[in-house]
Amino acid sequence: MSDGNFKSSKLSRRSTLLGLGASAGALATAGVLPGTARFAQAQSSAPIKIGFQKHATGIGAAYGRWYGATTDAAVKRINDNGGINGRPVEIVVEDDGTDPKRGAEVLEKFATQHECDIAFGTLFSHVVIGSAPRAGELKLPYFVVSEGHHVASGMLNRYTLQPGITDVKSQVQSMAPFVAGNLGKKVTMIYPDFAFGHDHRDFFSAAIEAQGGEVVAKIAIPPTETSFTRYFPNIPRETEVIYHVMVGPAVLTFVKELGEFFGPSRPEIFGFIDSLEAVNINSPGLEFLEGTYFWEGMPRHAQADQTSHDKAYRAAVGVDDRGASLSDGKDVSTFAHMFGCWETLNIIKAGMEASDYQGPADRAKLIEAVEAMTDLPESDDHPQGPKQFNGKTHQVFGQQYISKVTDGKLVRAHTASIEDGMYEDEVDYTAQSF
Amino acid sequence: MTSSRKSTLLHLGVLALLVVLFFVLPPYHAGNLSRIMVLAIYAMGYNLLFGYTGLLSLGHAMFFAAGMYGFGLTLNLGGWPVPLAFVAGVVCAGALALVIGLLALRTAGVAFMIVTLMFAQTGYLVVLYFGTYTRGDEGFVIQQAQRMLGGFDLTSETGRYVTALILFAICFLGLARLVQTPFGRTLVAIRENEERTRMLGYDAGSHKLRALIISGAVSGVAGAAYALLFGYVGATFATVQYSIFPLLWVLLGGAGTTIGPLIGVFFMFYLIDTSSTYTNAYMLIAGVVLVLLTVFAPQGLAGELRKRVFKWLP
Repeated sequence: MSDGNFKSSKLSRRSTLLGLGASAGALATAGVLPGTARFAQAQSSAPIKIGFQKHATGIGAAYGRWYGATTDAAVKRINDNGGINGRPVEIVVEDDGTDPKRGAEVLEKFATQHECDIAFGTLFSHVVIGSAPRAGELKLPYFVVSEGHHVASGMLNRYTLQPGITDVKSQVQSMAPFVAGNLGKKVTMIYPDFAFGHDHRDFFSAAIEAQGGEVVAKIAIPPTETSFTRYFPNIPRETEVIYHVMVGPAVLTFVKELGEFFGPSRPEIFGFIDSLEAVNINSPGLEFLEGTYFWEGMPRHAQADQTSHDKAYRAAVGVDDRGASLSDGKDVSTFAHMFGCWETLNIIKAGMEASDYQGPADRAKLIEAVEAMTDLPESDDHPQGPKQFNGKTHQVFGQQYISKVTDGKLVRAHTASIEDGMYEDEVDYTAQSF
Repeated sequence: MTSSRKSTLLHLGVLALLVVLFFVLPPYHAGNLSRIMVLAIYAMGYNLLFGYTGLLSLGHAMFFAAGMYGFGLTLNLGGWPVPLAFVAGVVCAGALALVIGLLALRTAGVAFMIVTLMFAQTGYLVVLYFGTYTRGDEGFVIQQAQRMLGGFDLTSETGRYVTALILFAICFLGLARLVQTPFGRTLVAIRENEERTRMLGYDAGSHKLRALIISGAVSGVAGAAYALLFGYVGATFATVQYSIFPLLWVLLGGAGTTIGPLIGVFFMFYLIDTSSTYTNAYMLIAGVVLVLLTVFAPQGLAGELRKRVFKWLP
């Protein structure tokens, strides 16, 4: 190639500094710098140290804040009741920046600098998958609250467990009987065009076919999309149900444009609450959701038959009957997911007590104790509902809830049984050595 | 003592120091150093293009990711042995750099930055598009059992450190030697005055293309090494932030110095790790330090050292 095809590469200091400034701005905008850490001070007796991998910054920050509040509440309750094996629990918080690289670094920090007994916490799948190999290598029990199928799929290792929240495969599968039986059998799916959306597409397609239904169109929304109108003409006329999930921060636009597209006559609409976590369901623009259905991991709005466990849990975490902060009614929680932190910490407590956990040398005993768990009845420890833990796949199974938006309130319309979400084991982690 | 001899001693001294540090540092910091060395390889690859050739790319994450996926996919899906998969990763990154270079080097300056940024964004979307194989944004795990090399466990702390150090040493010494060769000196000449270099009869275009290929391949070494040593392959590493990181590392450490990338990665890693320990406003601290360094040490830490104290610094 001749020189003539190449332009001069000379860069002035000014343009370089300009580049640096732009880069720093982009970094700040992307929120990529990992960061905030808080260290609880050691108490007089030797505490059990739990490393909390928190999405304090990055795309998961809204979840991280409420995961943090729930964790604090659960630990306070555990400590008020005598701690674990007579020892107080100390939470060591490190921000993973919702980034898999930083997530892995944070796990290393828990294991080798803070000398935590275990690690716990994170939600976003890529952070879990990026961190789990290090947990296995460091032999650090890693209790995730992610709802990803990565644990039960066998991708991870014996040191990674998900005992406090059900996985997406179970959630999606258990929705199919209600959708096919009550809303319609011809479904159009609208989902984000990345792994989480693909899980929904694949798992629900199989599940609805098993119910005698079919997915008549699969509409994948590319990441970073901000307007959806051009996708709606792809919805076939025969569609009886629209299934939507996690379109991202542009959910308000999505709902508004969907309403404008269909007007007063629309098919039934079923969605996952994920995109509306931390969003007030009565926000202007969401009126079109009236009469539509949502999956909820745990009903955000207190129901008419509210259990004492639900009531006690809300009071402890500090949220009201509409799932908003008691101190600020506009601050809506991530209610459908954050119970997982509460329940996971109670599993950890039960596991440590069952194994008489004394220190890092007992980590394998702790994992075996959790693997031995099966029935987890509904209680103050498990306010979301009863569950069954599968020790082989390290995954818990539980009830799922479908709510209908009625007069601006999420009213439970159906409770899917634990059995509805069961599937064949895909791995036996107990066969792996420690 | 000649500058060349001092330079040789410096490079060997750095490697000797890294060996000693493994034995004296607490496990946490030794583990950090493994990661810092891998990322420093990435920064060194970037430095060859930016620091020595004067080409500011905002798309190097695509080369890092090409190495990572080239290695991870051939290992996971193809069942290739580790050494072959590693070579595949590096070849993928180098080949991608060739293709990108043929197109992007038709531009210069800010346009080159934008074109590389756009190509990198395309690379990221390609990873998502082929989610069936790449698992998209979630990524996939390289299992511990796969990360063995002839009975040598690369997932142990020692195995990881030794592997990172060997790869770092090869790239560190190789690039230090490269920039001293006539080829490397020509790259510096292009950086300083491309027109004059051309007038002297050098084929600047060919030199820049070769620099980009080497830079991309070295970045691919880092990507493959990350997957090998830390067991994860994910689309996050193809995003724009991972294109900006090497720019920051090199600018902080000292563009156009052989030791600058290592210093930059080390400095940045511990700046964030330490400041986050003391305050929630860690981003403010990181930002202020970055601004101060940019204002008072525009040539980076090693660059300032060379300017003020060690004029022989390579």
